[in-house]
Amino acid sequence: MLSRTADALYWTGRYIERADFLARILEATIRLAAIPTRGDGDAETVWASALACASVPKALGRSPTEKSVRDFLAFSPDNASSITACITRARTNARSVRTALTTELWEAINGAWNGLAEQGQPTRRDDFTRFLEWVKAMTLAVEGATSRTMLRNDGYYFLRLGAAIERADNTARLLDVKYHLLLPEGERVGGQLDYFQWTTLLREVSALTAYRWVYRDSVKPWLVADLLVLNRQMPRSLASCQTSIVHYLELLAGDYGRRGPAQRLAADRMRRFDNSRIESIFQAGLHEYILAFLAENGRLAQAIQDQYLA
Amino acid sequence: MAFDEMSGEASAYGTHVRESYRGLARWLAEAPEGLLQARSRQAELFFRRMGITFAVYGDAESSERLIPFDVAPRIIGAAEWAGLEAGLIQRVAAINLFLADIYGPQECLKAGVLPAELVLTNPHYCPEMQGQRPPRGIWVQIAGVDLVRTGEDDFYVLEDNCRTPSGVSYMLENREMMMRLFPDLFADYPVRPVETYADMLLASLRACAPEAAGADPTIVVLTPGPFNSAYYEHSFLADKLGVELVEGRDLFVDDGKVFMRTTEGRQRVDVVYRRIDDDFLDPLTFRPDSALGVPGLMAAYQAGAVTLANAVGTGVADDKAVYTYMPEIIRFFTGEEPILNNVPTWRCREPEALKYTLAHLEELVVKEVGGSGGYGMLVGPAASKSEIETFRRRLIDDPDEFIAQPTLALSTAPTLDRNGELAPRHVDLRPFVLSSPEGVKVAPGGLTRVALKEGSLVVNSSQGGGTKDTWVLDV
Repeated sequence: MLSRTADALYWTGRYIERADFLARILEATIRLAAIPTRGDGDAETVWASALACASVPKALGRSPTEKSVRDFLAFSPDNASSITACITRARTNARSVRTALTTELWEAINGAWNGLAEQGQPTRRDDFTRFLEWVKAMTLAVEGATSRTMLRNDGYYFLRLGAAIERADNTARLLDVKYHLLLPEGERVGGQLDYFQWTTLLREVSALTAYRWVYRDSVKPWLVADLLVLNRQMPRSLASCQTSIVHYLELLAGDYGRRGPAQRLAADRMRRFDNSRIESIFQAGLHEYILAFLAENGRLAQAIQDQYLA
Repeated sequence: MAFDEMSGEASAYGTHVRESYRGLARWLAEAPEGLLQARSRQAELFFRRMGITFAVYGDAESSERLIPFDVAPRIIGAAEWAGLEAGLIQRVAAINLFLADIYGPQECLKAGVLPAELVLTNPHYCPEMQGQRPPRGIWVQIAGVDLVRTGEDDFYVLEDNCRTPSGVSYMLENREMMMRLFPDLFADYPVRPVETYADMLLASLRACAPEAAGADPTIVVLTPGPFNSAYYEHSFLADKLGVELVEGRDLFVDDGKVFMRTTEGRQRVDVVYRRIDDDFLDPLTFRPDSALGVPGLMAAYQAGAVTLANAVGTGVADDKAVYTYMPEIIRFFTGEEPILNNVPTWRCREPEALKYTLAHLEELVVKEVGGSGGYGMLVGPAASKSEIETFRRRLIDDPDEFIAQPTLALSTAPTLDRNGELAPRHVDLRPFVLSSPEGVKVAPGGLTRVALKEGSLVVNSSQGGGTKDTWVLDV
């Protein structure tokens, strides 16, 4: 397969995943902002946290508003990673390797892109929420077309690899932001507000029911962290993403008959997941743990780039 | 009154129907009202969903558009086609011999078949190819010859597209669409399949691979990239051929051989079906600012290490000035009378012709020798006084750059108009002709372009033209 084709597939996977994540973050933030709290400026903190989740904490200066954050993350032409930009980029990448996609997958991606114009840029909150619903439906359609129609060969592996790397990044940032930005000072971890916030976030990543099934307990921060970091049944957890990354890298190595730095890096990290417990992660500091995870994810992405995509 | 493909002459449909259209006329008579319109809307939705679009240059608002698709097929009877096919094979065979000669011994120039300076100072003449023989001796692997019709037996060649002719994806997609929309119509009609085109092309390209490439040559389609107006077609063809669609940056030349960059390292490439112009192929030989090409490709080509389809320098054969000598070229190289007519043409480089052209601008079509896509031309009968005067000045300033032709009464074919009625609209026809050491073949069909505006003679998609499915009948 052409390196350029692999690269475009990998980035198609990443951008679709990112569009979905942004839609979910925005939805969660709209709900979080509606939770009554005590102090002033809470709404601003909540909307600033959405920017932090999207990895652009300082994009809008000191006091982001609901309107400015919504526009920036969903539509802004100044934001290379807005939802519209992600869908457009995914489509541009897909179009440049049209022949590597099934008709169904291409139609799903092209359909999302065509739909952007029809959707417009709604400003009213309920219209905006409908837009987010639509984005999630589109990414599900892409996901369905990928899993139901794509040949299981290197093209598919690169699509999946991009999605897994992106998803790992997103989950890690979500966790970090929740723990270190969102909860106002003086609020107790495990307190009432904390509880609402977690419930909302879990719902948005489609994990609230999963949580109850897995832990059969009320929402507790350390269990949520366990779910999102170490639990392999949870498809968004860091461990699950890492399992996918290893899986597709090994399939590629099998097809091509050669293992490289990317495989070694990924296997190494997998071993560390196997030996991790949530207690020790908390002891060493979740924030530090996540920063290290993000840096390592970046190195792995670079290794994949060098080994296959350049 | 123009010749009509369905009725022969009548402007309103209903009375006389030509043989090849009778089945369609019967079917139309029984079809419920509004059916064609409904199917037409269905087709548009489907094309948009599939992303079958082309880019319009200089139109930022909607940089991707659909080419309008007309649901009424253009139908060609078996006997009519047999004549066209023989003419096309003769013409393209002569063009291949002509190119081999002018880049070789130049017998035709010595014999005075056409003026040497017209060839040797032609902007499309490629000095780098002088003395070269491309692998297997084939120059134009793929030609798209533009034909128009003015009467029952009168077909004219308008242009021989010998560089990178486009439109074949529409031939295939339009058929696909018609079979989806009107399956019952196909049940009654002996329409020859065009779906074999990809296999024909693949066989043709394989047969043109360098001798050293072995039994299973690696073929690629080279595209300028997603921003090119014909990108959809490039990706479509690569898909149908089952070969990689590459951009210039995917290829590199090492030790005189061409390779592509893959996830498993380098892979040797033997045949490049290139859809980029000569000028952009290799920045070391041609335009140094070209980011689309492959440095060193030309040297590898000259050394016979790779086949380019079409060969470099073929533009000299489809140049509008050389075109006017095509009947003489055919006679010289085949010893036969041309089967297909050339449009009578005044070469404005000749003083008598210039005089005539200037005196008859209102009735003539004047074209730039190097122009294409319907740009830079004057359609006398449709032009305003000031447009004619502007053109007159350009002609006097630079007569060598122009040719003039009578305004042909292009045939019309029934086409769905805005009111949902079938109305006569002017059409042309571009069949696709493939050449290899195994011979010259014509795909039984082609691209029919239609000028959707009433009375308009400009069929180019960039200027509001649409396309139709083209049916060649078996009996």
